[in-house]
Amino acid sequence: MAMLEIHDLEVFYGVIKAIKGISFKVNEGEVIALIGANGAGKTTILHTITGLIMPKKGRVIFDGIEISKIKSHKIVSMGMAHVPEGRRVFAQLSVFQNLMLGAFTRKDKAEIENSLKSIYKRFPRLEERKNQIAGTLSGGEQQMLAMGRALMSKPRIILMDEPSMGLSPIFVNEIFGIIEEVSQMGTTVLLVEQNAKKALAIADRAYVLETGNIILEGMASELLDNDEIRKAYLGE
Amino acid sequence: MSFINYVINGLSLGSIYAIIALGYTMVYGIARMLNFAHGDVIMVGAFTVFFGVSMQGLNPIAAVFVSIAICITLGVTIEFIAYRPLRGAASSLVVLITAIGVSYFLQNLALLIFGANTKSFTSMVPINPVRLAGGEIVISGETIMTILSCIIIMISLTAFIKKTKPGQAMLAVSEDKGAAQLMGINVNGTISLTFAIGSGLAAIAGILLCSAYPSLSPYTGSMPGIKAFIAAVFGGIGSIPGALIGGILLGVIEILGRAYISSQLADVIVFMVLIIVLLVKPTGLLGRKLQEKV
Repeated sequence: MAMLEIHDLEVFYGVIKAIKGISFKVNEGEVIALIGANGAGKTTILHTITGLIMPKKGRVIFDGIEISKIKSHKIVSMGMAHVPEGRRVFAQLSVFQNLMLGAFTRKDKAEIENSLKSIYKRFPRLEERKNQIAGTLSGGEQQMLAMGRALMSKPRIILMDEPSMGLSPIFVNEIFGIIEEVSQMGTTVLLVEQNAKKALAIADRAYVLETGNIILEGMASELLDNDEIRKAYLGE
Repeated sequence: MSFINYVINGLSLGSIYAIIALGYTMVYGIARMLNFAHGDVIMVGAFTVFFGVSMQGLNPIAAVFVSIAICITLGVTIEFIAYRPLRGAASSLVVLITAIGVSYFLQNLALLIFGANTKSFTSMVPINPVRLAGGEIVISGETIMTILSCIIIMISLTAFIKKTKPGQAMLAVSEDKGAAQLMGINVNGTISLTFAIGSGLAAIAGILLCSAYPSLSPYTGSMPGIKAFIAAVFGGIGSIPGALIGGILLGVIEILGRAYISSQLADVIVFMVLIIVLLVKPTGLLGRKLQEKV
């Protein structure tokens, strides 16, 4: 059974139909990439999955439970974390406070402490700067914080929205390395990216979006060799 | 020696402004709205105690708790009925106008129930005045109680926000509601909690205010409400220490202005100071620059 299933999803912004009836699924342990140009609807899909936007039609099923009508803040405790576009760290709070807010839905203090330790181990920079105000971190460090914060909820699936946006090439490589690592630790990943080349390089499967429709899907390695994709998204 | 007396009175009035200003500043910080009905919640708090003690013979301490409970319920209900449906409205003016409407509603409701006559409020403070320096400095029981309450409230509120989960949730919601939701924080619940705290504090402020200045009418909350709003802006709206500093300064300036310059011009002086501060530092004394989120 798929971990996350999207059926015939339609989302409107006012009268504008942003998502025009798409379906896809994410199996446990996979890294799935959603790629497409600006305005294709990638972010809208993630927002709809985590309940920030309500769909007009269609269903989102997570672990066999329909979550399309469940409020955002309850979805987190079901095991889904969302690293939003633009990182959206709490800029006026410290790195430590940000991470602890990531564990907001968890109760067991000892377990939270363990998660914190493992995140500090994975992101030593965050430990060095744990008392620093998040707004003063560099873009790449903020992206690490946003990921660490999402991991603090101990998710089984993590949704990442444009994690490489606006980062220097060194950080881009580092971030993709971390995504692979997160996946190897057993967390399922749904990745939205404009950097199609990098995304396809680490993904198992991918869906290509164009103005609210899925126009192509397949194994990431096959899509990387697809001529159309190479022309439209890889700039070759 | 009279100067010291004036300063003490100013601190006392300022403490009341500060307690009220907390309600404005917290609600603004978290819901990004100006709750102009906040001043009238003060009046409801004072009327509840008046009704309980003077009309029903209730024990004063019990009446204070009943009053706090009623104001908390009132504040949360107002938010739920009047403001929540408008969240996400195209213009923040819509909520502002609604808040003014709620303010008039509460005033007229009190007018309907208790009439327009000014009631004389019996002080709820059972402390005797303290005389210092051979009787030249007199500190009334109300003053002691007010300043003490303000200190206790500030310390507990700061600890609540720093140390508890709901407090951290408030900080997160005040910065980014969407991101807070993604952390699993119930944003509506957090906003309700903020209204509950602000309104509970308004009840305390109302009781302290009417104990110190023992007259009560449906319009009692309106002027202190506006002054406390000024105090909140003065200190930097959204900032809790700002509300304290703004409130205290406003109270001291008002009392000193009344004593040494002119009692008619006291309010003018208060507003002038506000205008000067805002000209020099538009975000208020401790205000931070608001970042626009994209």
